[in-house]
Amino acid sequence: MKMKLSNEDISSVRVRQIERISGEDVRKCYQCGNCSGGCPVSFEMEIPPSQVVRFLQLGRVDEVMAANSMWVCVGCLQCYSRCPKGVSVAAMLEALRQTVLRKGEDFEKIKDLPYPFLKKAPQQALVCGFRKFVS
Amino acid sequence: MKIPYYPGCTLNTVAKHFDASARDAAVSMGFEMEELAQWNCCGATFPLTPDNLIGLTAPAKVLSNARKAGDTLTTLCSVCYNVLKRTNKVMKDSKEKRAVVNGFIEEEYDGSLNIIHYLEVLRDRVGFVKVKEAVKRPLKGVKAGCYYGCMLLRPFEDIGIDNAERPTVFEDLLRALGAEVVDFPNKIECCGAHLAMNNEDVVVRLSGNVMTSAVGMGAELIVTSCPLCQYNLEKSQPKVSERTAGYAGVPIAYFTQILGLALGQPVEGLGFEKNATDIMPLLQKKGIV
Ligand code: SF4
Ligand code: SF4
Repeated sequence: MKMKLSNEDISSVRVRQIERISGEDVRKCYQCGNCSGGCPVSFEMEIPPSQVVRFLQLGRVDEVMAANSMWVCVGCLQCYSRCPKGVSVAAMLEALRQTVLRKGEDFEKIKDLPYPFLKKAPQQALVCGFRKFVS
Repeated sequence: MKIPYYPGCTLNTVAKHFDASARDAAVSMGFEMEELAQWNCCGATFPLTPDNLIGLTAPAKVLSNARKAGDTLTTLCSVCYNVLKRTNKVMKDSKEKRAVVNGFIEEEYDGSLNIIHYLEVLRDRVGFVKVKEAVKRPLKGVKAGCYYGCMLLRPFEDIGIDNAERPTVFEDLLRALGAEVVDFPNKIECCGAHLAMNNEDVVVRLSGNVMTSAVGMGAELIVTSCPLCQYNLEKSQPKVSERTAGYAGVPIAYFTQILGLALGQPVEGLGFEKNATDIMPLLQKKGIV
């Protein structure tokens, strides 16, 4: 993929915001790809975990915001568990979600969830899902 | 021995058989799970962003109530365990966060509880040797795959119940119960978790990988410790059978049901009928019931 990089993007305040919310330093990652290899949902992500970090390192926040990766992440912590640098992509993806949810924008509408699911699902699935998808 | 116990929402509703079988097994192992007089939902997810203190208030409230009942708290659900244990660590280690959270919940909790999983009670307090001695109905010839999932194990530095990549606690228990354990590649991988809400395809694929990898290694039974793992596996079973040539399904049960079975409790009381998969043909085939 060809893209034009700029210093402004790389030192963008939006990346610093993701770092502040997640408590992570995007520059710590050296792109080994372990996280993407271990992530059980890489196959479904438009941008896999290691590349999410790469985009952030390059200041390309729009690309990661537009991708489904943050909404597909199951929070299993395999990425963090296997990262040789102790980076938590899981925290970065949660920070990305939080930048949406904290604006009051829901990813899921509770009223649209199918009734049989609400009735049968374990409470923990509902509470966890609401925390991940609803503002 | 009485141990203060936090059931959590799911064990109080759709996974009542997980709760009941654990309490019964405890009694026959010589300890009692004493439910907290007052408890609330743990929040079902530990906030992954460290600035999200509001997500710590619900579990901190549970912890502060539990501290009034003793210095130890035990849980069964992997997610409750994960959330409570991680919150407890924050309350212990961070003076600033402790002050904010305590201020919000109007408590003075200091992180001094010891949070242990039921498996740890069996391993570290009762001891698997004693468990083995108490077995009345050994699970001879049953090939069991122990499914850990995520929350029982990760992150290692906060949870530490066992090695995060090669855990054995579950297998050690099943061996003590007389079963033959089967190792399988996906035993520490995710079932799809909360994507149950909006992404069935991914859940079927992940849960399917867990079940087919276990069965591929010879498992005749999958044992779980989390109601969401149990739900996702059970719910995915028909679709996985449809999509996977040669796969005909596998019974899935909570480890406490299997424990109760081995301890000789009446089979009718173990809640197997509440599981979506039928374990009975397997138990009959092995001559256990
Ligand atoms: S495992 Fe860690 S260092 Fe390697 S690519 Fe992923 S975040 Fe970067
Ligand atoms: S926490 Fe998310 S990004 Fe990390 S391995 Fe799990 S699903 Fe992938």
